[in-house]
Amino acid sequence: MAQAPRQLALIFRRDLGLLLRGARGRGGALLPLLFFLSVAMLYPFGVGPDARLLARTGAGVVWIAALLAAILPLDRLIEPDIEAGLFDQWALRGLSEEALVLVRIAAHWISFGGPLLLATPIAAGLLSLDGWQLGRVEIGLLLGTPGLAAIGVTIAALIAGLRGGAALGGLLMIPLAVPLLIFGAGSLQPDGADGLVLLGAASLVAVAIAPFAAGAAIRASRE
Amino acid sequence: MQSCRLAAHDISCRRGDRVLLRGVGFRLRSGEALHLAGPNGIGKSSLLRILAGLLRPFSGHVEAEGGMALSDERLPLDVHRPLGAALDFWRQLDGAADVCNDFGLEDLLDVPVRYLSTGQRKRAALACLATGGARIWLLDEPLNGLDAHWATAAQAAIEAHRARGGIAVIASHQPLELQRLEVLPLLDHVG
Repeated sequence: MAQAPRQLALIFRRDLGLLLRGARGRGGALLPLLFFLSVAMLYPFGVGPDARLLARTGAGVVWIAALLAAILPLDRLIEPDIEAGLFDQWALRGLSEEALVLVRIAAHWISFGGPLLLATPIAAGLLSLDGWQLGRVEIGLLLGTPGLAAIGVTIAALIAGLRGGAALGGLLMIPLAVPLLIFGAGSLQPDGADGLVLLGAASLVAVAIAPFAAGAAIRASRE
Repeated sequence: MQSCRLAAHDISCRRGDRVLLRGVGFRLRSGEALHLAGPNGIGKSSLLRILAGLLRPFSGHVEAEGGMALSDERLPLDVHRPLGAALDFWRQLDGAADVCNDFGLEDLLDVPVRYLSTGQRKRAALACLATGGARIWLLDEPLNGLDAHWATAAQAAIEAHRARGGIAVIASHQPLELQRLEVLPLLDHVG
């Protein structure tokens, strides 16, 4: 037990490397990022180049793009490691599923939320957002992406081993992520600072619940 | 190696609605080995997973003293990484000094795990198990896919583990050539 922190640090390094680079024939951090930017690029084509309309609606589009991008990596977050027996091996070494899930959420957040935060200025440029809006979106994503990562890992654990799990994952992700989207988009109003507080709270709740829900799902997958 | 112990008391194993095994019990002490024998599908793997604590028995309980390691049909290595790096992850995790080199993997360390053949994968799984230094080995069909030479080497590794005071529980449909091996024919326990 005394060596659990050292083991979890090793697992975190391994998870992060795997999620950033991508492996097992699935994309790494690049794919959600390109998807996110594609949505930001397509939106002006869809609604026309009216800068005022874009500026008014664009920040919300950034949020929708972030939510949709969060769906892409779902099927490789947990399932490959259950299939290869890694979670069983970790359990035999006395590591709890909850701790492993927390590590996985942190790694997923960095590999998914980090690139998104870096790409948001580009998306803001494509959507004619001003500096204030960009700042709000960045702060909002910084607060909200941990929640998206936590929900993503939970759903990934729930759909592990199901046929057609990837499609189901997307359907499950959308309703669960709606609070984050509402508070995130709400914070973009001129008097929306309260939205940021609620966004942070919703995100925190997701991060707090996810290890227990996903841990239970991983244990249930053994039966 | 400290002494270790593994005992199963009146274990029943249920998969879905079916009770596969009933009343399985044994006691093992340091240096002993047990062969769980029986045809395919009788519940050998489930029983091993119960011993490992990964499945709950339908009834009965397991007492273990000493760390357990399980090697089953899955290879817990990252398939895209070279074998050496993938094994090193587990070596570091278990705080072992060296990766076990009883299984002739020296020439394969640069090869990505996904390119390994069936027998090479089995050898890698056994090396992974032996590196960990656990006192109780749970082996699921350890000889599957191994040629005669490596099957002998694998059994020699199990004997060496027992000589160091370890316990081995081996689920296999094949006969094993181990000294003082207890055999538990699971056909007698079919529910």
